[in-house]
Amino acid sequence: MADKRRVIGKALRKVDAAAKVTGATKFADDLAFPRMLFCKLLRSTQPHARIVSIDTSAAAKLDGVQAVLVGQDLPIPFGILPVSQDEHALCIDKARFIGDPVAAVAALTEEAATAATDLIRVDYEPLKSIASAEEAVEHPEPRIHDYGDRGNFHKLIDLEFGDANAGIAEGDMVREDLFFFEGSTHLPMEQHAAVAMWSPDQKLTLWTSTQTPHYVHRALAKVLELPAARIRVIATPNGGGFGGKSDPFNHEIAVAKLAMITGRPVKITLTREEVFYCHRGRHPTLMWVRTGVKKDGAITGMHFRSLLDGGAYGSYGVASTYYTGALQTVTYHIPCYHFQGARAFTNKAPCGPKRGHGTPQPRFALEVHIDKIAEQLGIDPAELRLKTLVPANSLTANYLRVGSMGLGKCIAKVVEGSGWKQKFRKLPRGRGVGLACSSYISGAGLPIYWNNMPHSGVQLKCDRGGGVTVFCGSTEIGQGSDSILAYIVAEVLGIDPFDIAVVTGDTDLTPVDLGSYSSRVTLMSGNAALQAAERARQILAVHAAKKLEIPVDRLSFAERRVYDAKDPKRGMSFAEAVQSAEAAEGTIGTVGSYTPPMSAGKYRGAGVGPSPAYSYSACVAAVDVDPETGIVRVPTIWIAHDVGRSINSAAVIGQVEGSIYMGLGEALMEEMAYRGNRNVVHKIPSLLEYKSPTTLEMCDVITYLVEDPDPNGPFGAKEVGQGPLLPVMPAVANAVYDAVGVRIDEVPITPEKVLKALRKKQKGEPGRHGPESFPDIPWPEPMRVPTPWEGGDGKAVSPGRPAITAERPH
Amino acid sequence: MTSESKVKIALAVNGEPTEIAFAPHKTLLEVLREDLGLTGTKHGCELGECGTCTVLLDGTPVLSCLVLGLACAGRTVRTVEGMAQGGKLHPLQDTFADLGAAQCGYCTPAFLLAAEALLAANPKPTREEIKDALAGNLCRCTGYIKIYEAVELAAARMRGEKAEPTTESLYGR
Ligand code: FES
Ligand code: FES
Repeated sequence: MADKRRVIGKALRKVDAAAKVTGATKFADDLAFPRMLFCKLLRSTQPHARIVSIDTSAAAKLDGVQAVLVGQDLPIPFGILPVSQDEHALCIDKARFIGDPVAAVAALTEEAATAATDLIRVDYEPLKSIASAEEAVEHPEPRIHDYGDRGNFHKLIDLEFGDANAGIAEGDMVREDLFFFEGSTHLPMEQHAAVAMWSPDQKLTLWTSTQTPHYVHRALAKVLELPAARIRVIATPNGGGFGGKSDPFNHEIAVAKLAMITGRPVKITLTREEVFYCHRGRHPTLMWVRTGVKKDGAITGMHFRSLLDGGAYGSYGVASTYYTGALQTVTYHIPCYHFQGARAFTNKAPCGPKRGHGTPQPRFALEVHIDKIAEQLGIDPAELRLKTLVPANSLTANYLRVGSMGLGKCIAKVVEGSGWKQKFRKLPRGRGVGLACSSYISGAGLPIYWNNMPHSGVQLKCDRGGGVTVFCGSTEIGQGSDSILAYIVAEVLGIDPFDIAVVTGDTDLTPVDLGSYSSRVTLMSGNAALQAAERARQILAVHAAKKLEIPVDRLSFAERRVYDAKDPKRGMSFAEAVQSAEAAEGTIGTVGSYTPPMSAGKYRGAGVGPSPAYSYSACVAAVDVDPETGIVRVPTIWIAHDVGRSINSAAVIGQVEGSIYMGLGEALMEEMAYRGNRNVVHKIPSLLEYKSPTTLEMCDVITYLVEDPDPNGPFGAKEVGQGPLLPVMPAVANAVYDAVGVRIDEVPITPEKVLKALRKKQKGEPGRHGPESFPDIPWPEPMRVPTPWEGGDGKAVSPGRPAITAERPH
Repeated sequence: MTSESKVKIALAVNGEPTEIAFAPHKTLLEVLREDLGLTGTKHGCELGECGTCTVLLDGTPVLSCLVLGLACAGRTVRTVEGMAQGGKLHPLQDTFADLGAAQCGYCTPAFLLAAEALLAANPKPTREEIKDALAGNLCRCTGYIKIYEAVELAAARMRGEKAEPTTESLYGR
């Protein structure tokens, strides 16, 4: 575009900011309709049990109760991934975790609905429960599900790119480490809520706090056996999502069915305790990594294993498992790479995608592992990383196509800004600095269910008054996706973003966008909006040029005007431009859509990892560690993020700071913990007990934006919502080592763990706290994929057979 | 269904005398949201743990999920709906909007009111004093930093100073 940018990159207000600061934004629980009923779910009190019988007769008779549902009423299974259709709206024959919904009630008041759930009698026959991934490995029986790769393994993956063992052996040094990443949950401030309405013309409408209305739409059609055309899903603005509202949920289906039965609107708002049961958060993950390195730090090969505790259902888990092995390769060059990943079912709330989806765990392992390698080699960890960076515009061993790559610049920024060279290994005992890096996808290359349609669509309508309406299925969860649409269209059409009405997340009104997950929205809906806006501009330009009697390419669109760039006085208002186009052509509307480029990998599993563009971040954390108490405080984090190009720099910084905050919580305190010895009861399903950072724990954040525009992003933009979270946990761990010389190979880094490691060190043992072993897992035969530099074409040479059926070796 | 007889109280909500009848067990949060239709006040736990339901009761921040509606008879309640006047945003609302201190916006009404009470008592708070005053409010989106900056900027403007956001806070370094 010839014009200087007027909107893109500016720190503008978000288009929904005024509504948010006045309390005018309507979240799902803010909706109320005449004759609305209230729904409550009865949840399992057993972690693993056969449901022998359910007696709802007393509940049904209670004053005010309008309908009661049990599992049999909704027999069709669902799940976010086509390969894991393992959930029922209400348990049918078995409950799989404490909190698994078994019955639903709709009543005139919430009190009556609650009283009714108390009257439902469920006869459980308890089964042995599985409390951890290790237990699941030990106990193939009883199986939590009757599908999955074997026993209580949901998924077993073995992928080898080149000959990793040979590569590792070429190293001057080989290092092996074990890490554990505890599970954590999203904890959005808004509890999930949904309202369903059934109209006499046999049409269902569901308002729900979801990040993925399109997938909810599909799940409802499937389970309720309704034509999708008769279902309208409206995603209300989410009061925080972070991945926790990305699955179709039991409660959404239950209220829909109750609305159909009663013919009245039905609302459910989960309690905070229930939000903990919905979960879908970070998988607790045990990891083992072995790497060969040359004296100068060059990696010769890597072998990485992960064992994920999936909880009771599939959710996104197959993708999460692949993600624990996918992005190791996009930061530092790894010439050959072997990944083995396993996901186990356990009797706990289901895990799924939390900010960073499956990649923060391996990133923590990798970045601490590299810190140890650097120390062993006597190389500054920043230098070591800079030497081994993956080049821009290259293909990795596992066939991920890296485009723009600003990690080198990011490292330089934080090293300089933090005074790294003056501080690293030079601060007094108790104070330390640590460095870590990361990368994240800007949307996934493949959709969740196989199809060859666009991932994001936009429709644009130009009004003759000069206003423009943008329609897109994307979902505003606080990240600013509505604003991104307005900024991009405003930039292209030369109008004010606040002249634009944005209609999003409504399956009746808006073209499909797959949802607010995988950091895909700015890049994908942004590209769709860009295409729609450019098409509109073309239409308007033809008629404006005709009227002004100048060639089309001399036109500028800016300040709500369309004018001759050579003689700016010669022109017309934007509204007039729309009018002349409308007079000549009729109603002015355009569409735009976006489909990511084909991925280079053709092997099974190659669908997870490819992205149109990768963001990069580098982070330095400063810590104060009290050797007496083990308490770790983080005063400052320096973070540089390669966002490609900021569409709105203030919004980008907001995402960076929010990511650092959430990473800090995971680094120091957040844990989704259970009492394994007490029936797998959730330890802390409350905001009081689940520790998250308040203003008193939050650190200062010094943010550097690195702009290395990516040709695949709109105006060069890449993601920012998730990537900057990733380096925080390893940077803090590395800083703790710098401060007091002990390795905490496990998050969260609690005072107890620090003290334990310090005591061990005092006794002359290795000053470390972390896992000691990785269990034997019956890995399947590896799928071998020759690397690009071995002449590979992205296909596997051996097809990769299913898991061997022999007994697990002890 | 339990049919409880309603109780009626008079109080001032956002400066307006209000009479309202509700079931006596209802919390102020429920009365505001369900009986007065003031859904700007949010909730994240209804157990006194998150601060999301903060409103001002006689000028003091309270957790409306822990206050009985009945206890508000004859008192003044201020909610986020009362902050903008004559279609103009309150200075705090303005700076929250400009700096991106509201991301999802769910915690925002509570932060705004807690900040307003702070500034009423202390027109020139230090960063530490702001942190202390807001320590009972959780926000999962922002990392709090834009909130501090917004409070500082609004405080300066409310003191009559000409103040603008810093370049670092809008554009990074
Ligand atoms: S709703 Fe959480 S403190 Fe009131
Ligand atoms: S802005 Fe989302 S919780 Fe604070």
